[in-house]
Amino acid sequence: MTLDARFLLEQGSFTLDVDLTLPAGCTGIVGASGSGKTSLLRCIAGLVRAQVGKLHVNGEVWQDERTFLPTQRRRLGYVFQEPSLFPHLSVRENLNFGLSRVPVGERKLSYADAVSLLGIEPLLTRRPDQLSGGERQRVAIARALLTSPQLLLMDEPLASLDLASRAQILPYFEAVQRALSIPVLYVTHAPFELARLASHVVLLQAGRLLASGALNDVITRPDLPLSHLEDAGAVLSAQVVEQNDAYHLTLLRVGSSTLSIARRQLRIGESTKLHVRARDVSLTLERPSGTSISNVLPAQVLGIFAERDPAHRLVQLQVEGSVLLARITHFSLDQLRLTPGLHVFAQVKSVALVE
Amino acid sequence: MLGFTERDLTALWLSLRLALSTSCVLLVLATPLSLWLARSRSRWVVVVESLVALPLVLPPSVLGFYLLVAMGPQGALGKLVASLGGAPLAFSFTGILLGSLVYSLPFAVQPLQGAFQAQPARLLEVAATLRASPLSTFWRVTVPLARRGFLSAVVLSFAHTLGEFGVVLMIGGSIPGRTETASIAIFRQVETLDYAGAQRLSLTLVGLCFTLLLVTYRLQRATARVSVLP
Repeated sequence: MTLDARFLLEQGSFTLDVDLTLPAGCTGIVGASGSGKTSLLRCIAGLVRAQVGKLHVNGEVWQDERTFLPTQRRRLGYVFQEPSLFPHLSVRENLNFGLSRVPVGERKLSYADAVSLLGIEPLLTRRPDQLSGGERQRVAIARALLTSPQLLLMDEPLASLDLASRAQILPYFEAVQRALSIPVLYVTHAPFELARLASHVVLLQAGRLLASGALNDVITRPDLPLSHLEDAGAVLSAQVVEQNDAYHLTLLRVGSSTLSIARRQLRIGESTKLHVRARDVSLTLERPSGTSISNVLPAQVLGIFAERDPAHRLVQLQVEGSVLLARITHFSLDQLRLTPGLHVFAQVKSVALVE
Repeated sequence: MLGFTERDLTALWLSLRLALSTSCVLLVLATPLSLWLARSRSRWVVVVESLVALPLVLPPSVLGFYLLVAMGPQGALGKLVASLGGAPLAFSFTGILLGSLVYSLPFAVQPLQGAFQAQPARLLEVAATLRASPLSTFWRVTVPLARRGFLSAVVLSFAHTLGEFGVVLMIGGSIPGRTETASIAIFRQVETLDYAGAQRLSLTLVGLCFTLLLVTYRLQRATARVSVLP
């Protein structure tokens, strides 16, 4: 499954000019406001018609010089920023609106499965104005999935929700991703959502493609703005190796190193992702002893980069075959005489599990 | 019956027929026009909007005068009908129906246009992403969400036609059974000092219009509880 897109869209003073190929899995689309994230999704959905457009999905032509499939003939699901349920229809009727238009032979997800996947059984007979924001968005997602899309477009689906609803709804997204192996394009502003959901990242700036690549490659590139955000960090793959009952810890293997986190309900052998923020990583020249920080990883300095704040420096490290970021002070950098190629130890103050 | 003369009843029945026909024809004509006014970004929208609203401010005599001229043997409409082999429009039921359509057009267009404009454009996009064709979206989303607008359009154009006087007088004269509506019959009764007759018909119209509006506003309140907001 691939998506090949080339769009040139001019709207007033804004120009979207992108050419990209996306793999299967979840692609996070990031960029500042007005960088063209939503425009890109709208072009893909056929809600706007780019002056120059080419779109191949799974080898099927959705748009080229001669073809422009109208939105209703593109097999996609679209979840908008604000949960746009039909106010005159009940939840059940909202779900059936799309489902009833898909021939039975093309249906990949049953009504019952969608309802249980998003946990909306108790809501079916209600009207949209009787639901909370989070419930409405879950119904909107189920409604989109019931059209058995080949591609799922999500435009900041959590942005209109409060923090508590966001935390509640994220696990449903992961369930959706696991249940349907379709590509998902997920527009977001939040680094945490990106780390948690995406495996590939597209970074837009002023309507142009600034970067496109694997999640950790893009978020740790010092020449891109993502690595300089307050919450900047790296995502490491890890495997659960032990559940320690005495200290209530879960031990995770990253390459040949072991990290411990507060105990979580995970199976031994299960794969997971860790989000390590640059500001939670400190560096030492020798393996530390006599410290309360038990998570230490051998690392090699790849490069040293300026930060917006002149007191800080961003150190890019090679750790167990992946890239990690550390934000340290300029003073410490000079004290340690860090230079590219030097072998150091990265102490990780806190690790967030992202799955 | 209740003191109504046969001529009174004929006039009332004609008024009801005229009002009902006007409402039905306007429903068909005003819906696409209102949709266009609500959604188009053409420069012509304001021009058409002003034209549609013109009958609200023009004296009915002016409107009636031009319609009469147009329907006359030298007028554009008159020539067209004659070339198609139709009967002359002036002083006929079809003639006063045409007049009523023009006269009551804003009463159908304005509530519909308002209802269509109040609908979030996003819902049309949502429908398209759920595989609905534009026609299916119209029937399943646009029409149900505009039901209050449709109710207002039908009732207001009906009631307004019922109360129409000047235009009908100009292009219909007052031929009993053909163009003498209730409002014109009242005028004739007053002129001939038949105050009791005028009272009967006037009271009937007041009662009819009041009941109509009462039922409509009651229904509007009932449907208002299902909000159109997201």
